[in-house]
Amino acid sequence: MTATTTSRAWTILADVPDPEIPVLSVIDLGIVRAVEESTDGTAVTVTLTPTYSGCPATEVIAHDVRAALEASYETVEVKTQLSPAWTTDWLSDEAHEKLNTFGIAPPAGRTTLPLLDVGTPQACPHCGSGNVEELAGFGSTPCKALWRCVSCREPFDYMKRH
Amino acid sequence: MKSATSNVRVPSVDVLADGCLILSHRLSEWMSNAATMEEDVALGNIALDLLGQARGLLQTLGDEDQLAYFREPQEFRNPVICELPNGDFAVTMLRQLFVDAWLSLVWPALAATTDDERVRGVAEKAIKENAYHLRHSSAWVSRLGDGTEESHRRMVGAMDALWSYRGDIASDAWYDVTEPVLSEATLTMPPRDAWTQRSSADGWHSEHLGYLLAEMQSLARAHPGAQW
Repeated sequence: MTATTTSRAWTILADVPDPEIPVLSVIDLGIVRAVEESTDGTAVTVTLTPTYSGCPATEVIAHDVRAALEASYETVEVKTQLSPAWTTDWLSDEAHEKLNTFGIAPPAGRTTLPLLDVGTPQACPHCGSGNVEELAGFGSTPCKALWRCVSCREPFDYMKRH
Repeated sequence: MKSATSNVRVPSVDVLADGCLILSHRLSEWMSNAATMEEDVALGNIALDLLGQARGLLQTLGDEDQLAYFREPQEFRNPVICELPNGDFAVTMLRQLFVDAWLSLVWPALAATTDDERVRGVAEKAIKENAYHLRHSSAWVSRLGDGTEESHRRMVGAMDALWSYRGDIASDAWYDVTEPVLSEATLTMPPRDAWTQRSSADGWHSEHLGYLLAEMQSLARAHPGAQW
């Protein structure tokens, strides 16, 4: 088995969307921790790290990853690895841009433990104003909080720094 | 992480798993009943995190469904405070503060001491989630205690209802975490040496756990092995 980011599997995974935030792939999200392909190219093992303990998307993602790879590999193994814990620091720069375009403010800055501070959005993803306020600390998925732009009055999701 | 590991009793994994599971179920009872939609969503998210943590731990102990759905009340090891009825929002939030404060000490201590890599993984993940829960419960306790005459009165009532149930979760470090929040909430912390209820460690529970489990386990027991 060899680990490489240029393998066929990696390319396939770049097209597997997160079920809750379909603008991001599982690669963008930073939850693919390892991809190992057998030397003859028939088997692949993917290691995933869940975002939040209770995120209902976790099992869907594992299923989608398996289904996508089974089209190209005879044997697919999907493993779960909890440690080190997932962090939004693993989101790619591209992921930040995609989120913003999608209307979700990306996490601002790097995480610090014990993480009482999940950061504040740098700008409204709709109008770009920095004049924003928190409406609720919890949102439609575990990874998001609900914010509002004071300038354009539109509510928006903020992906919490985590 | 303060001196979290120094004077904190690290509970056994079953105590922690059951505590997260039972409190998660209690919080889920607020779904569609909370005072605001935002709070409905918040309590749902916290319940979901706790459920994920419980599952992660139960999986290290055996078959998670078997453990969650087919044990009797006396076999559960959760702190009794987790199974108490939700009461009003004041009781729910003060209990949440008490349990969040306990978990804020327990998760780092467990991550630092466990030999089980899977348990450590759950704990490391939970440290971050718990910090956010503690922020939420602290903010509400402070807001309600230092709020209107009625919200203050209800928080005082919540304190009366819950203080004797701290026995399973309190430690010197726990008092250190909760006291500043209560102080900001203009609530008087009752004496640390006040009487406490019996501990769940010997299998003792309140009458409420049986009713909770009857609801939580009914589907699995009516249809053993059911799949979605």
